[in-house]
Amino acid sequence: MGQPVPRYDAAAKVTGRATYASDMPLDNPAYAFLVTSAIAKGRIDRFELDDAKRVRGVIEIVTHENAPKLKDSKLFSNGGYAGTTIQPLKSAEIAHDGQIIAVVVAESYEAAREAANRVKVSYSAAAPSATFDSPGTTTAAAKGQNSQFKEDPKVGDFAKAFDAAEVKLTASYATPTQHHNPLELFTTSCAWTGDNLVIYEGSQYVHGLKNGVAEQLGIDADKVRVVNPYVGGGFGSRGSMTPRTAIIAAMARRLNRPIKLVPTRDQGFTITTHRAETRHEIKLGASRDGRLVALRHEGAEVSSRPDAYCVGGTKTTTRLYVCPNVDSLVSIVRADRNTPGFMRSPPEVPYLFALESALDELAVELNMDPVELRRINDATRDPIDGKPYTSRSLMACFDEAAKAFGWSQRSPQPKSISDGDWLIGYGCAATCYPTLMGPSAARVRLQRDGRTRVEIAGHEIGTGAYTVIAETAAERLGVPLEKVAVFMGDSDLPPAPVAGGSNSTASTCSAVMMVCDQIRQRLFKALMPSDTLADKAKETVGISPAPSTQAAKGDRSLDIEKAFDALGVGVVEEYGEWKPEGAPLDSFRAMHNGQVRLVGGHQMKDQIAYAFGAEFVEVRVNRFTREIRCPRLVGAFAAGRIMNPRTARSQLMGGLIWGMSSALLEATEIDERNARYVNDNLADYLVPVNADVPGVEVILLSEEDDRINPLGVKGLGELGNVGTNAAICNAIYHATGQRIRKLPVRLEDIEL
Amino acid sequence: MRPFSYQRASDPDMAVQALSAAAAANEPLTKATAQPLAGGTTLIDLMKLDVMRPSAIVDITPLAQAWSAIAPGGDGLRLGALAKMSVVAAHAEIQRSYPVIADSLKLAASAQLRNMATLGGNVMQRTRCNYFRDVSYENCNKRNPGSGCAAMDGVNRMHAVLGTSDQCIATYPGDFAQALIALDAMVEITGKAGTRSMPFAQLHKAPGSTPDIETALQPGELISAFSISGRWPRSVYLKARDRQSYEFALSSAAIALDVQDGTIRDARVALGGVATVPWRAREAEALLKGQKFDDGLAQRVADAAFADAKGRKHNSFKIALGKRVVARALQQAVTMEI
Repeated sequence: MGQPVPRYDAAAKVTGRATYASDMPLDNPAYAFLVTSAIAKGRIDRFELDDAKRVRGVIEIVTHENAPKLKDSKLFSNGGYAGTTIQPLKSAEIAHDGQIIAVVVAESYEAAREAANRVKVSYSAAAPSATFDSPGTTTAAAKGQNSQFKEDPKVGDFAKAFDAAEVKLTASYATPTQHHNPLELFTTSCAWTGDNLVIYEGSQYVHGLKNGVAEQLGIDADKVRVVNPYVGGGFGSRGSMTPRTAIIAAMARRLNRPIKLVPTRDQGFTITTHRAETRHEIKLGASRDGRLVALRHEGAEVSSRPDAYCVGGTKTTTRLYVCPNVDSLVSIVRADRNTPGFMRSPPEVPYLFALESALDELAVELNMDPVELRRINDATRDPIDGKPYTSRSLMACFDEAAKAFGWSQRSPQPKSISDGDWLIGYGCAATCYPTLMGPSAARVRLQRDGRTRVEIAGHEIGTGAYTVIAETAAERLGVPLEKVAVFMGDSDLPPAPVAGGSNSTASTCSAVMMVCDQIRQRLFKALMPSDTLADKAKETVGISPAPSTQAAKGDRSLDIEKAFDALGVGVVEEYGEWKPEGAPLDSFRAMHNGQVRLVGGHQMKDQIAYAFGAEFVEVRVNRFTREIRCPRLVGAFAAGRIMNPRTARSQLMGGLIWGMSSALLEATEIDERNARYVNDNLADYLVPVNADVPGVEVILLSEEDDRINPLGVKGLGELGNVGTNAAICNAIYHATGQRIRKLPVRLEDIEL
Repeated sequence: MRPFSYQRASDPDMAVQALSAAAAANEPLTKATAQPLAGGTTLIDLMKLDVMRPSAIVDITPLAQAWSAIAPGGDGLRLGALAKMSVVAAHAEIQRSYPVIADSLKLAASAQLRNMATLGGNVMQRTRCNYFRDVSYENCNKRNPGSGCAAMDGVNRMHAVLGTSDQCIATYPGDFAQALIALDAMVEITGKAGTRSMPFAQLHKAPGSTPDIETALQPGELISAFSISGRWPRSVYLKARDRQSYEFALSSAAIALDVQDGTIRDARVALGGVATVPWRAREAEALLKGQKFDDGLAQRVADAAFADAKGRKHNSFKIALGKRVVARALQQAVTMEI
């Protein structure tokens, strides 16, 4: 652990041997192609299928008139598994653009696609509500309609304090709809053997998907197996069940033949989830010396008609800085859209954009260095509940990143730096992400020669999960890394939580460490049946809050061969279930039912746990074309123990780049007349190319946190892309003197 | 995508024959049942999207032997239509004598696409209008004549402000064509009756009331070459776009000047990313001829270039942007070292 060992799966990936879901061989499969709705609201009057059915090789065309019946699944936040409760093919009703309205099955992908193109649909379209400001939306507070949004955090008397504040700032911000666009398309293959179903699908939660599909099909969950040893990017889009999976599974059962579905890129925009557009109003009151005396954050998010999804980032923005008078409110706006869902740092990205922009505005107002403004208001305790942060290295990150960036050379005046045609601006912002953990099981098998097999239904979504799990097992068992084989991405393996909320490393490695310690304990016991060490080793099992001392105990060398001789066996195998401190009583039962009980962040009993970082950017604005470029991104991050600096750096670098992309490029455009996405493809939904990212620097600060979990690990997968949006806008202000509060920033927004 | 026949044409006659045989009378080229395949970087995309539905593909890549020469000479330049964009962009003599051509090619698409795409195919590239490229939108006059235009009052940030009609505001997306039109290129066309030449400026048709007719080419005709008279070392291509590479122009300008003793003898101004067809701003050019350059003149030229521009909900910014791009490109052309 802690070594930059190369990725466990590197060779498989670069040689093309890594098998993703749609690479899995199937026995005589049929191919499915989706037909999706061209309206966002209304109903289907009629299908004309004759032309499509005449295409050679077409087996079946399924519409709401002949689709297999499926049971509903509740939204994940209401105890179900689904990312949306809009169930397609159930009736003629259309609830959003691009809803699945028919599935063509044929002997080849090409025939299915051609037939799908020949399906003609007559609609009765109704006028849909597209987004904020569209007629026909409804708005209500999130509290009371979303069971996971329990409270609008507040403390003190905001109104009075704001009123009396020496310096006041009120500003509104907006963020757009965004889509994940993982490289791997949203494919699903389903194959039945008798009553048993195998699903090959890129998923960030195989146990959730298994249980959700079983529920929709009305079968025993143990008859369903989800397999995906590699996932070609998730970013949240594969965290909860989408309607397509049960549809394909039911069709495969009826057809008595495996079915493979490969949706198109544009279909991926509407058959899965997205980051919803948000709006914010921030009010800050401060004393002349920069101390915050009042803070209010009001956020609004767009969701679908039936589902009260929201990310509610005020839980973070009200706790980031010391402030005695805080108020907040989150509202949900219902429109005729698909239900949004998780996208990398779901609450923090939009909500910190607002707060960290507002702080920069306040710094300007106060004529103060924005880094110093944050230092003055740095917190050691959560200002809402008064709980201490388990560790917090925010200002250390600011100082390290500032030094690497050359912040001290910045002249604070806007428009004061230029280079030829380019105005140059520097900006910075804080980044943070809650430290979350979930119950996880693992099975570890050790052979006499040191060969080790680790089984855990975790997920390799590109983050390095195989690698850090292998490192954990190798270190705890004292075997060479190359002797460790890791098996993941299979719901027949011991359950692990969703690969979301940056919990995976802390959760899965804690479980693997615990089970490895169970093996050590058996081996020690065999060698020294009367030694008290067995009891000592036992201490290392589970949730003892002192990882550094445990590690010392675990370091005690073990002669594996002697221990095996003493035991008289060839293999030692252990299974165990780990849960973080404070996990609810039903954690393990929920874990086996495919439901996650994540704990951490601000919801811990006596403490609050976040990872922090600071991000600095250089922005260049062309004085003639107004083109905006970002030649330098520098981030310093502290996230407890870094399991593998190589994979950690890769995560944070990707986060910084995505953050820049979010600030300057990414928006899914909606045609407000018909509530349809317009740029639903990778040519028009822009993401950065190499030429956009000439310089990225990631600095990893060492941080010891012995209060958070046995490993001292904080998740960092979602830490990188949080502060970047604000840092870029703050730099644009510095370059141009113009404050931009709506993302993404485009050249037409710049006025010089 | 729909089933199609595939045929390789081993010589121009065979290609022309195969393309004409399948063509129905009075059918616009964009709807012709037989389509030529060169680099394939546009055609295959549009077939996958079900926008183009040819039943016959005639692969003309074997003609590259005869049709891909890059021939700079004493009195001008001839470029074979099947020359690859990347090869022309990297050609030393093109970079020296026709920088506007080299840069317009280099700043287009991605390295991978430039390695596949041909010059002839590039100028025939079809619009990137989202409503055109997504067949789930019924109303597209270019795709379904008479059905209306979804872009007119839709999301139209990328759309044209010049050369539009009440039927279509789709932008011509290419870069190279602006260089060609600026340099008074001729296009050589090979058809049943042999070869003919016409000014490149006459190749593309503004949408008017027939947005489905995009060029003067007839089914069975192929572009075989481009030719340009003279040398244009004082020329630039400036392109403004959302990202640094692999992105279409929001606004671009192809400028070529002949400056002697500080006086502009000849001037060419062409605009990209803002018009429905490759756009020559002749009224702007007229202001430059015989003048000494200064920033005030650049501004008047830029204003003249966009005098007739019409913005819509999301693309009005292109008028101001386009003017700044023209003015800056003029400055660059005047001050460049040659």
